[in-house]
Amino acid sequence: MSELSVDHLLGIKYLKRDDIELIFQTADHFKEVINRPIKKVPSLRDITIANLFFENSTRTKLSFELAEKRLSADVINFSASQSSVKKGETLIDTVNNILSMKVDMVVMRHPNPGSCVFLANHVDAHIINAGDGAHEHPTQALLDTYSIRERLGQVKGKKVAIVGDILHSRVALSNIFALQLLGADVKVCGPLSLIPKHIEQLGIEIETDLRKALEWCDVANMLRVQNERMAVSYFPTTREYTQQYGVNKQLLEDIGKDITIMHPGPINRGVEITSDVADSDQAIILNQVENGVAIRMAVIYLLASKIKK
Amino acid sequence: MSQKVLLNSKEVNIILHRLACQLIENHDDFSNTVLIGIQPRGKALVDRLAAMFREDYGLKELKIGYLDITFFRDDFRRGTKPLEANSTEINFIVEDKNVVFIDDVLYTGRSIRSALTAIQSFGRPKNIELLTLIDRRFSRHLPIQPDYKGRQVDAINEERVTVHWKEYDGEDAVYLTNN
Repeated sequence: MSELSVDHLLGIKYLKRDDIELIFQTADHFKEVINRPIKKVPSLRDITIANLFFENSTRTKLSFELAEKRLSADVINFSASQSSVKKGETLIDTVNNILSMKVDMVVMRHPNPGSCVFLANHVDAHIINAGDGAHEHPTQALLDTYSIRERLGQVKGKKVAIVGDILHSRVALSNIFALQLLGADVKVCGPLSLIPKHIEQLGIEIETDLRKALEWCDVANMLRVQNERMAVSYFPTTREYTQQYGVNKQLLEDIGKDITIMHPGPINRGVEITSDVADSDQAIILNQVENGVAIRMAVIYLLASKIKK
Repeated sequence: MSQKVLLNSKEVNIILHRLACQLIENHDDFSNTVLIGIQPRGKALVDRLAAMFREDYGLKELKIGYLDITFFRDDFRRGTKPLEANSTEINFIVEDKNVVFIDDVLYTGRSIRSALTAIQSFGRPKNIELLTLIDRRFSRHLPIQPDYKGRQVDAINEERVTVHWKEYDGEDAVYLTNN
């Protein structure tokens, strides 16, 4: 297979296993490119990409922008906080105005779940979802599974625990879809108040005891507690959350097993993960960031190859 | 479909030895020269020449690399089939080195144009030469000519020249195919 089965990257839900394999193979090539003395290829020099961020982001935005620039695309950036969205413009109007400036591809982060699907149905451009509310964050799941493949050789058959705030996490849902497509076993772990109802219908298990989850898994993906999305309190205190669901060096040493630790960032140091774990050899947090650029280059390149002259 | 043998195994072998000698004549012990096979089909040729240098001419210190030009091609989004990338393996800097590009067939010259851009990611070479086993005359789209050539072939556009290698295709031979 040399072409994606989709025209947009709206979520992992819409991908096939072959699509993910193709993205990984392409990312392997781009990973070599970004380690060259000159880290740029001219493939996309006649493509313009708009990065529309209706919600704050540091890592994802920088990573997408770098990926686009490494491919020689022209890039325009848009942040909702400094735009006419504040004046009451609708999403479609905003995007159509941007597209009339001849943009070929849109990378969008938006607080509303499903906003990228809505956009793909209404505008004529290739859409990449950079996170839509608590729904999906496909490129994060791709770079997470790619990092597991890089560290452990393959994803198939590996046991992955996703720990923490599952309820508010788009990373969790995309990761579950990607891991299942690639044949990994998945458990989610956290306080029941932060685990969505009916999540077991996706074919995954729920574990409320962190120690048991860690004893079971090969990889622990530690999610951030998303305080900004919490209108009410989901656990008594941060201190109690850390005691129950925080990973620290002592706990890992007690378990005595080589568990790969991941985190999509930004880290709340000392809450879901302590500094000595985050900065240890077991953690592949910075590898995830590096792989993010290669994965995003691959996704953009493969979608751009569908734009016909 | 008709197929004609342009070169058989013995002829390919004689030509490879001649090309190897011509390279040695110009590059001596290859101390400041790197050989770059253009992916995918130049890899077999550069590997074969390197083996010849090591075994028949006692040259052990060779710098060999493979360059993939997929992301530098000028026909991205223009063809019907998507482009598939190969791996680039260049574990050295080409700054101030004599670079020899090695490919099996020179046709329009567009691959070599892409390779000239792609190699710049690894430094500024002192100079670049081109070696091809087959030079399809009168078919160039760009002002690019080989410095070392195995055999010149006159083929019309509908015809294809394919090089077979023992390691990959079971035999050393060059065919002219007409669809």
